[in-house]
Amino acid sequence: MANQTIKSGQTSKSGQTSKSGQTGKPGQTSKSGLLFSGSDWDFKTLSRAYEAIEAIAIEELHLDIYPVQMEIISSQQMLDAYSSVGMPLMYRHWSFGKHFLYQELLYRKGGRGLAYELVINSNPCIVYLMEENTMALQALVTAHAALGHNHFFKNNHLFRQWTDASAILSYLDFAKGYIARCEERHGVAAVEAILDAAHALMEQGVFRYRRPPKLSSERQRVGVRERLEYEERSYNDLWRTLPPSKGGDNVGEKNSDIAERKKTLKLPEENLLYFLEKNSLVLEPWQREIVRIVRVVAQYFYPQRQTQVMNEGCATFVHYTLMNMLFDRGLISEGAMLEILRNHSNVIFQPGFDDPRFSGINPYALGLDMMQDIQRIATEPTAEDRDWFPDIAGNGDWRETLLDAWANHRDESFIRQYLSPALMRKWRFFVLADAASEPHYEVASIHNERGYEKIRAGLAQSYDIGASRPDIQVVDVDLLGDRQLRLEHKVKNGIMLEEASRDATLRHIRTLWGYEVSLAAIDAQTGGTLNERSTSQIGE
Amino acid sequence: MPIFVDRRLNPKDKSLGNRQRFLKRAREELKRSIRDRIRTGKIADVDSEHAVSMPARGTAEPSFSDAKDSGRRQHILPGNKHFAPGDRVPKPGQGGGGSSPGKTVSEDDFRFVLSREEVLDLFFEDLELPDMVKLNLKEILSFKPRRAGFAATGSPTNINVGRTMRNSHGRRIALRRPKQEELDAIAEQLAILEAEPQSAAPARQRIAALREELERLERRRKRIAYVDPVDIRFNRFDAQPVPNANAVMFCLMDVSGSMGEREKDLAKRFFVLLHLFLKRRYDRTEIVFIRHTHEAQEVDEETFFYNTQSGGTVVSTALEEMHRIIAQRYPSNEWNIYAAQASDGDNFVTDSERCIGLMDGQIMRLCQYFAYVEIIDERESHIFGTTDNGTSLWRAYSVVNQRWPNFQMSRIANAADIYPVFRQLFARQPVLQKSA
Repeated sequence: MANQTIKSGQTSKSGQTSKSGQTGKPGQTSKSGLLFSGSDWDFKTLSRAYEAIEAIAIEELHLDIYPVQMEIISSQQMLDAYSSVGMPLMYRHWSFGKHFLYQELLYRKGGRGLAYELVINSNPCIVYLMEENTMALQALVTAHAALGHNHFFKNNHLFRQWTDASAILSYLDFAKGYIARCEERHGVAAVEAILDAAHALMEQGVFRYRRPPKLSSERQRVGVRERLEYEERSYNDLWRTLPPSKGGDNVGEKNSDIAERKKTLKLPEENLLYFLEKNSLVLEPWQREIVRIVRVVAQYFYPQRQTQVMNEGCATFVHYTLMNMLFDRGLISEGAMLEILRNHSNVIFQPGFDDPRFSGINPYALGLDMMQDIQRIATEPTAEDRDWFPDIAGNGDWRETLLDAWANHRDESFIRQYLSPALMRKWRFFVLADAASEPHYEVASIHNERGYEKIRAGLAQSYDIGASRPDIQVVDVDLLGDRQLRLEHKVKNGIMLEEASRDATLRHIRTLWGYEVSLAAIDAQTGGTLNERSTSQIGE
Repeated sequence: MPIFVDRRLNPKDKSLGNRQRFLKRAREELKRSIRDRIRTGKIADVDSEHAVSMPARGTAEPSFSDAKDSGRRQHILPGNKHFAPGDRVPKPGQGGGGSSPGKTVSEDDFRFVLSREEVLDLFFEDLELPDMVKLNLKEILSFKPRRAGFAATGSPTNINVGRTMRNSHGRRIALRRPKQEELDAIAEQLAILEAEPQSAAPARQRIAALREELERLERRRKRIAYVDPVDIRFNRFDAQPVPNANAVMFCLMDVSGSMGEREKDLAKRFFVLLHLFLKRRYDRTEIVFIRHTHEAQEVDEETFFYNTQSGGTVVSTALEEMHRIIAQRYPSNEWNIYAAQASDGDNFVTDSERCIGLMDGQIMRLCQYFAYVEIIDERESHIFGTTDNGTSLWRAYSVVNQRWPNFQMSRIANAADIYPVFRQLFARQPVLQKSA
């Protein structure tokens, strides 16, 4: 659920970046040709810095970006943006208030710095800059967000396929207005009930795959004719002479009934929100529209969740490369560069697993390392690299290789494709097998010849949202019978659902569906039913 | 060239609506938390910010999630130092829960701060106060604008003409704006010269020079305005709090065994409400706690509410103690004296007579306001209703009630009954404010 890209260091608060001692006025380039000097910024300097960075980015890295809109905001507004999932516009809901309180608390306690910037996948690409940033930081952030993220949003296939950058802001504007009008007409409580229920299903409210387009009626007619022709051609009078099977007829009819029913409802369906929006028996039109709004928002964020490492890695690689290029050309002073590097190293800080500061793998660090590794493989490959990456090793053109990777991968495939043994050794990755029944973990693989493949596959797998989230689908509903909505949870590796939240979520589904809902846990390997839970077993 | 938008001037508190929605949702839990705090905290601290923990009920956001204690999974971690394949690492905790290393604190598990306004809203909720009163109590102080020097900006009605003209005058001198007299003098000379018929070269030259001079002066006059925006000064006003006097509040309570937990809780809310009222009205409020059984003593707040003492009930001792303290520390010409008494009404019959004497003779003359609540059972409230029959103290105070308009008494069985005792206090407030 992150549109935002938190760029605070693990240890330092964003507001406390060290200011360099120079007192040069902003807006005045010194004779030496620096883009800026001193730590204060103004709009003229920002604009000049942006232009220099953009020129270099397009010329040297061949980036392709949306036009940029930079907005200066205060820390309070940054907190506001956090609580509404990073969007400038959002409908009202109590859960955003809760997130706001949480973020505010962390911020006030100093537990977490605020992001220096926040970027929105829209056209024009909106970049929020914090007013407290020093000029050096603003330059860094411009390169990171306005170029790096922007390029990624515009070119990555997931965003191209699933999100419409130019329409999202007007859609959210519509959503906000629509929900506010619903609240006026139907009361806050009624709207809240639908939103609560829909929010609970956001994870299950996205399409993971494109479907084939619906056939036009002409195509359908052609299909029917072709089928008839085929039947005529393959007609054999002999079939007529077969005696009818005994008893089996009835069962077959029933099965075909069920199959027919499933076919008309297009079951099984993994997008629960979509199914409920289209088929719920109790929702009013305005309620369906609200479910749809939640679903659209969930779908909009889905690519971002699949490309965290790549997105941050791309932005970090871009800012690091661009800032160094600017420095090499004498456009940034040494003092500013030191400040930039200090912030950069805070951002890519990655403690080991046994460090108290460890909180998972830092996507900035992993992304940057992998991209720099690709750069190395393309230019100075070792014999090992030639073995592992025959197609890119030593091709010399790291720019095109990276542009291609940024455009065509998501985290899972990117890691599966490009994580090199050299990097695994550098990170000293290892795989820990964790069976809930055992009192201990077992080290399954480490960074050695036998472990590389396993580490790479495991890490890629952990970034595959489709695989790591519970797989829940609508499998059947008997509209003419008890109208019970049947869901199925494919249990992989014996990982069950957490019971309290499962029951609460089922209640939410019942709100949207209107009748009882049941969820069966099916073992993905054996196909056996592990347990079944119905809302009729759950009290209010 | 990117587009720049400066959003810093946008209205603040964009997420205020969401916050209110959230508080509304968590209302019941928060109310309980506030009530606990009133029960345990100090009377004077009620109207301040208050940290509450995240209410779990009603604000959970469920979704399907994996149970941590089932199945087999893999963690890929960086920073291996000495592990080899096959090594076993004991799980943290008691062997069971397979929590992965590096678990973060749940978002539902935190405390946040309610503002004073929000705390009071929750406190008022079941007291059934009229809205006007709520508003009055929440408003912090009344302010009066007072002249405080001059400012370069302000509204046109506040222009200070004297200051403005003085600045204008100084500026005109400094910039040497030609005066009207100078112009007139030159024009006059010019008229004289032009009137003379001779047209000698020096005279013509002189006329031309004068013309030029006149023109120059006029240009200069136009350039240097008579009153320039930089001259303008406005009267500046500061909001000054209206000076208020001191008030002391006496809390009197019967602490004999018959006052249970419920009674004390109600009494405390009664005291809190009076204190809120006083705090708003007066700069300085002090609270004196007097508890009594068959003898009275001044105690601190802690003891007042939490220590029980056994003994009979002699109310007049408390009144005497109060009178003694007033005489000693709170002269009635310097202090506004308010008293609030809570009791279950038990008293010796003979002592009730004595109470009437004390009230009539001394105390009511010193007090601005004396409120008495008798805390009764829910069931008793049906029986007593409005009758004047009742406990001996009730009957005695009924007499006082008829004689003194600033005496109020009521029977309360639940929180909603408290306010009527103060109704008069709050009703005459506007009058008091005018006279202040």
